Amino acid sequence: MIDRVHALVLLRQMMLIRRFEEKAAELYTLGKIRGFLHLYIGEEAVAVGAMQALTPEDGIVATYREHGQALARGIPAGVLMAEMFGKASGCSRGRGGSMHFFDVSRRFYGGHAIVGGGLPVAVGLALADKLQARARITACFFGDGAVAEGEFHESLNLAALWKLPVLFLCENNLYAMGTALARHQAQPDIRRKADGYGMAAAVADGMDVLAVEDAAREAAAHVRRGDGPFLLELQTYRFRAHSTADPELYRGKEEVAMWRRRDPIVLFTSRLQAMGLLAEADVASLQRAVDGEVDEAVRLADAGPWESVEDLTRHVYAEMP
Amino acid sequence: MTKMTYRDAIRSALREALRTDPRVFLMGEDVGGYGGAFKVSYGLLEEFGPDRVRDTPLSENTFLGAGIGAALGGMRPIVEIMTVNFSLLALDQIVNNAATLRHMSGGQLSVPLVVRMTTGGGRQLAAQHSHSLEGWFAHIPGIKVVVPAVAADARGLVLAALRDPDPVFVFEHATLYPVEGEVDEQAGPADLGRALVRRPGDAVSLITYGGTLGTVLHAADELARDGVEAEVIDLRTLRPLDTETILASVAKTHRAVIVDEGWRTCSFAAEVSARIMEGGFYSLDAPVARVCSAEVPMPYAKHMEDAALPQAPAIVAAVREMLVAHG
Repeated sequence: MIDRVHALVLLRQMMLIRRFEEKAAELYTLGKIRGFLHLYIGEEAVAVGAMQALTPEDGIVATYREHGQALARGIPAGVLMAEMFGKASGCSRGRGGSMHFFDVSRRFYGGHAIVGGGLPVAVGLALADKLQARARITACFFGDGAVAEGEFHESLNLAALWKLPVLFLCENNLYAMGTALARHQAQPDIRRKADGYGMAAAVADGMDVLAVEDAAREAAAHVRRGDGPFLLELQTYRFRAHSTADPELYRGKEEVAMWRRRDPIVLFTSRLQAMGLLAEADVASLQRAVDGEVDEAVRLADAGPWESVEDLTRHVYAEMP
Repeated sequence: MTKMTYRDAIRSALREALRTDPRVFLMGEDVGGYGGAFKVSYGLLEEFGPDRVRDTPLSENTFLGAGIGAALGGMRPIVEIMTVNFSLLALDQIVNNAATLRHMSGGQLSVPLVVRMTTGGGRQLAAQHSHSLEGWFAHIPGIKVVVPAVAADARGLVLAALRDPDPVFVFEHATLYPVEGEVDEQAGPADLGRALVRRPGDAVSLITYGGTLGTVLHAADELARDGVEAEVIDLRTLRPLDTETILASVAKTHRAVIVDEGWRTCSFAAEVSARIMEGGFYSLDAPVARVCSAEVPMPYAKHMEDAALPQAPAIVAAVREMLVAHG
């Protein structure tokens, strides 16, 4: 049985991410957003589903494709858009851009653009919690590409060895940039990597938001119980190119079309409609709401101030009183 | 004042930190059960237990990154890396995270992390355990680099590093561990970022740090026998660099020889030389000279290693040559 109110929250968050990303792509072509832009379109169910298992006290470490996680965590869209515009009103004062969102008040620790580089940091955040006997966990998002990095293996080993409260969330979208999983992994079954570290693991359909939520809740419960870290693989697909610089020579249109038929928003909408939990009018009203929220985000970002160039060298070191 | 070795002076700082600050913990390869590869942490596991003195797997990048994460989470981790050559395995976390997180987050994050490691040659350990790469680290904004040369600084600069809100890297020259010096165990942190005049003089400024301070003082004694009084500057901190003390000395002596165990090309000595050109050019009576390691991977054989490292005769020769050509 699906709770209607909760279902609408999930759907709205996924729709907000989708709209935010479409708008970001549009603003990129207009030159409002520069640098790299890695869109999350197609993967919304992963961030939204997984975030349901976390409390506001839990820590989050994400990758350079983190707009979805940041929005699902509740960082206001306008602050994120302002960051991509390079404004001082952005969540990282315009110093990070699309790949480096930070919000310490929400325990959102980036925004890491070195593949695998966030995992050791997540392990350390969890170590700090364990040493200070705090009942919270750290969720660490990373992609299938990170599985080839030494930091992935070292981090799983250390977290398991020290029984640290880390929830490892592998967003397997089948491609490490342009290299398919089977072309970079001798053992492409990512869940099985956990076996080597004696770590519990599971896999879930990353296009089904409820499946992600259920799996994440179970995995998080395991971690909260003190049973050690958990590796949850979420199988998903990005509908857009890797980044704005990617001509997509490595995958066929048929494959993309096949995955698009499993669009997480369409799947969830149809399911709710079939169950009589969602009317056409509800969808239209949600769409209007998220369109309005994204438009307002763009307005706020546009109105935000630029940081003064005199401040260039601030925040390299702590400012002494 | 107590006479103690450089090794014991560091342990004294670690013990004091572990005793007085519950956020402090030590982690690294063999820091616990083994007592530290160089016996710096010997006895600390027994005194403070395995939660606070943590042996790690051989995963430099990850335990250094875990130190960063633990610092973000409110702890004051001290990470020991066995030698500077092994720290290269952790460069991702050092350069991409420790050094960037405060700035990249617009000032939200603070990484109060202390990383200690041995550096330098002189022990016949060949080309994968003997290099002096602290100059590389000093290139990176966002971290601080200290290079204690005497026992009192070993204690004082480790304490200063622990008090600092930013990542501080402590480079301990491995030949210094058994060297004794006077240490005041009641003294607080040393002044991070300040160089010291170790020997006053007026004929030439000999500027050095870390493992070569002893060699330089020896060379200065040799020069004094000829009536040449060299001023010896111990940099103590490479980043932030105390340019003021360097320039004040050069303004007095009008000559500078920089002694650095790193390779000459792109060495820290090159940076010091550039600062003298920028800020003290008109007080110079001679071009700045450098005595650095030979540009070879460190050889094993003793006579070859000795030939590769900066030695007192080469320093004396550099000064004499300078005085003859530009006296």
